[in-house]
Amino acid sequence: MPFTLNVNGKATTVDVPGDMPLLWVLRDVLSLKGTKFGCGIGACGACTVHLRGRAVRSCSTPVSTVGNAAITTIEGLSANGNHPLQIAWQQLDVPQCGYCQSGQIMSAAALLATNPKPSDADINRAMDGNLCRCGTYVRIRAAIHQAARGPVRDTQTASARGAAE
Amino acid sequence: MTKAPVTRRSFIKITALAGGGMVVAFNVDDLFAQRGGGPGGPGGPQAMAFVKFTPEGKVIIVGKNPEVGQGVKTELPMIIADELDVDWRSVVVEQADADQAKYGQQLAAGSFTTPQNWTPMRQVGAAVRQMFIAAAAARWNVPATELTTTPDVTAQGGARVQHAASKRTASYLELAGEAAKLPVPALATVPLKDPKDYKIIGKPTAGVDTPAVVTGKPIFSIDFTLPGMLYAVYQKAPVFGAKVATANVDEIKKLPGVKDAFVLEGGTDLTTLLPGVAIVADSWYQANQARKQLKVTWADHPTKAQSSAGFQAKADELGKAALAQPQGQAPQGATGWRKDGDVAAALAQPGVKTVEANYMYPFIPHAPLEPENCAAQLKDGKLELWAPTQMPGPALGVAANASGLPQTAITLHIMKTGGGFGRRLTNDFVAEATAIAKQMSPTPIKLLWTREDDMAHEFYRPAGYHYMKGGVDANGKLIAWRDHHVTFGPPSGPQRYAGFANINGAQEFPARFVQNYEFGDSIIGALGVPVGALRAPGSNAFSFVFQSFLDELAHAAGKDPMQFKLDVLANEAYPPPQQGGGFNAQRMIGVMKLVAEKSEWGKKKLPKGTAMGVAFQFSHQGYFAEVAQVTVDAQKRIKVDKVWVAGDIGSQVINPLHAENLVQGGVVDGISHMFQEITIVDGAAVQTNFNNNPLIRMSQAPPVEAHWVKSNNNPTGLGEPSLPPVLPAVANAIFAATGTRVRSMPLSKHGFRWA
Repeated sequence: MPFTLNVNGKATTVDVPGDMPLLWVLRDVLSLKGTKFGCGIGACGACTVHLRGRAVRSCSTPVSTVGNAAITTIEGLSANGNHPLQIAWQQLDVPQCGYCQSGQIMSAAALLATNPKPSDADINRAMDGNLCRCGTYVRIRAAIHQAARGPVRDTQTASARGAAE
Repeated sequence: MTKAPVTRRSFIKITALAGGGMVVAFNVDDLFAQRGGGPGGPGGPQAMAFVKFTPEGKVIIVGKNPEVGQGVKTELPMIIADELDVDWRSVVVEQADADQAKYGQQLAAGSFTTPQNWTPMRQVGAAVRQMFIAAAAARWNVPATELTTTPDVTAQGGARVQHAASKRTASYLELAGEAAKLPVPALATVPLKDPKDYKIIGKPTAGVDTPAVVTGKPIFSIDFTLPGMLYAVYQKAPVFGAKVATANVDEIKKLPGVKDAFVLEGGTDLTTLLPGVAIVADSWYQANQARKQLKVTWADHPTKAQSSAGFQAKADELGKAALAQPQGQAPQGATGWRKDGDVAAALAQPGVKTVEANYMYPFIPHAPLEPENCAAQLKDGKLELWAPTQMPGPALGVAANASGLPQTAITLHIMKTGGGFGRRLTNDFVAEATAIAKQMSPTPIKLLWTREDDMAHEFYRPAGYHYMKGGVDANGKLIAWRDHHVTFGPPSGPQRYAGFANINGAQEFPARFVQNYEFGDSIIGALGVPVGALRAPGSNAFSFVFQSFLDELAHAAGKDPMQFKLDVLANEAYPPPQQGGGFNAQRMIGVMKLVAEKSEWGKKKLPKGTAMGVAFQFSHQGYFAEVAQVTVDAQKRIKVDKVWVAGDIGSQVINPLHAENLVQGGVVDGISHMFQEITIVDGAAVQTNFNNNPLIRMSQAPPVEAHWVKSNNNPTGLGEPSLPPVLPAVANAIFAATGTRVRSMPLSKHGFRWA
């Protein structure tokens, strides 16, 4: 059945079953692949998006429950990949495999939106739903603190084919 | 630098591109000669196009190995770029397809990438730089020795050749057309940079994919799509390898979006295509929804009665019987056994304190966060695959078997993967995707597993059981050590250590460092559970046992564990094996001393319930010593306060930014192992997802401080060696804090939980 969703500031109509999780609507109907599938039961956080500004697990959110609430995915977090968290993530080079990181950033962005200077305990509470299988938690924590403080750059960079465009 | 001799042989191809670019291709045979990692696969050695200069002025460098988070897609091009002397900002990295005839070994395994490629990649960069120098020398009619190169992001091709005396300068790209016509230097004699001149190697360098990762670009294998692609799920039996007896595929075919449903016969080899039911639909959601209506009955299977409890009981029987004998008897053909001196006689001496203990570690999964997936299309007699594999070469063989096509008819694109940890060394998902694509030919399909598929069909780190006996003399010196290891495997045959044939007690410290030493084993029997190499295979299990038992003996000796371990390290009793490549105690003493200093071992007054533990491990050619500080409260709630790491991986830490990340991740991953278990009941895995096999989370992960000893050795890999010693370091700290010795995992079995 048709649903009109408000994704990254744009109204988009999709014709899908009502029990289809938002994750699969985003990934396979709207081709927004930044939101990831990890567990399907809301236990890993790879699928985290914002719904009305709050971090939710899209794998466990049926599309019929969303209504016209604002949905933000990693692709819509900032205009040019320049959200303070995206900048801090690059400066500290947080990712290893990178698969969980869009979910981590979305959870962290929801945290900073309501708590611009989070403590370590605040970070634990906001981020404990997001697994990082590579164990980059030390850097994720540092990057959240850095984004809250403001950026510096001290790494050399090159690009990968397909990554820049 | 001196002028290198020239020969045609080293290069197969230098191609000038229209508009002024250039491609330099190397003969893979020359590049990897005498270094391992040479060519494999069909077609013999071919040209590898490692470096390309585009007419737009970019330098494209090929990343040859699969990227699974270990950072090679950035690291190997860094090595080439430094010797090529280009500005790193001018570099664009391109992932190679699977072609071992072209690129040599392409694998993400065994921390091999760095040691195999360190010299060849430097030679690639240096040889191409030499060509530009030769072209400039010819153009300006000056000796090559008067020419220098300078990285320059504003120059076409990322660098310039300069002649200081005449103040002449030319960009690499300006010289490309002439360089392409010149004879080229022999790889082996190309001068390499003095390490003090490195501009890229050893500098903190961001991952080349990081900008795409943080903006959600579709760069992972799971994100890949083709026009008209259908999606597939594949249901296998809970009991590994059981055949399909009946399946309601005709009903499934009528469900919304379903295009086909069929049984695949499969075989009995647990590493390739197992029997199951495939459902193919317009969307993955529809395929997976249809699976909920699937009714399959599975045929009886000979391993359906296997269980973790049964393995433990059998291991206890074998281990205790073996240890009751004064010494072991190696079975015929056994290779992992070692016997030095006489353990029983040493333990019988007056004044000797004997310690006996049984250790155990369970099956655990790799559980990379990106579930197994693979896209495949079989069309016009050709198969094309897009696979997140750590072993592209063997994947081609698996796909050839599953498709019936020769490997030369198969193209495999190496996809960026959401973690490996050893899970993707096995290409079972490639076999499944190939078999489904064959059925659906010519339509492209994408297979995607659920997390439940993954937990139920892993190649688990095999459980193991160790029956230990050791002794210290009246002076507190370690004089005897015995381990009877009970494991799985075929009753006969070469692989006696299921899943980790590359380590055994004949080599594992304290072998050679104690006068009386014995290591033997018993085999429980053929295992119906698929097992494989998990990050730091062998070491991830043995380190917990050996370094914990060493700690037990230190306490029995009444000695400080750090000093006791340093004393054992200083006392080499037997020479290293003749083939070399073994354990160097001096390097380990170096990292032990550094970690003691950095953690202020023995110098701090810690509150009650807080203590430090130390352990070290030689793993995958890396030397790591780690100290964990742990706090345990009265309710047995654990907090790992901090971990200090000292590592020696040779003379260079090629990308220190990612190296620190890998060390921190390895430590966090190792602690995560301590709370995991896959239990086998009725021949199948009990745990299904992250809710019942919990991985470590943010609030549980400690700060990790990494320090390096730069030793005069070629650089070695870092995907694995930081992981193993943290398990015993934490276990030893728990003992120091509580008096409770943890001899089996998961820790939850002993009433411990996270604070």
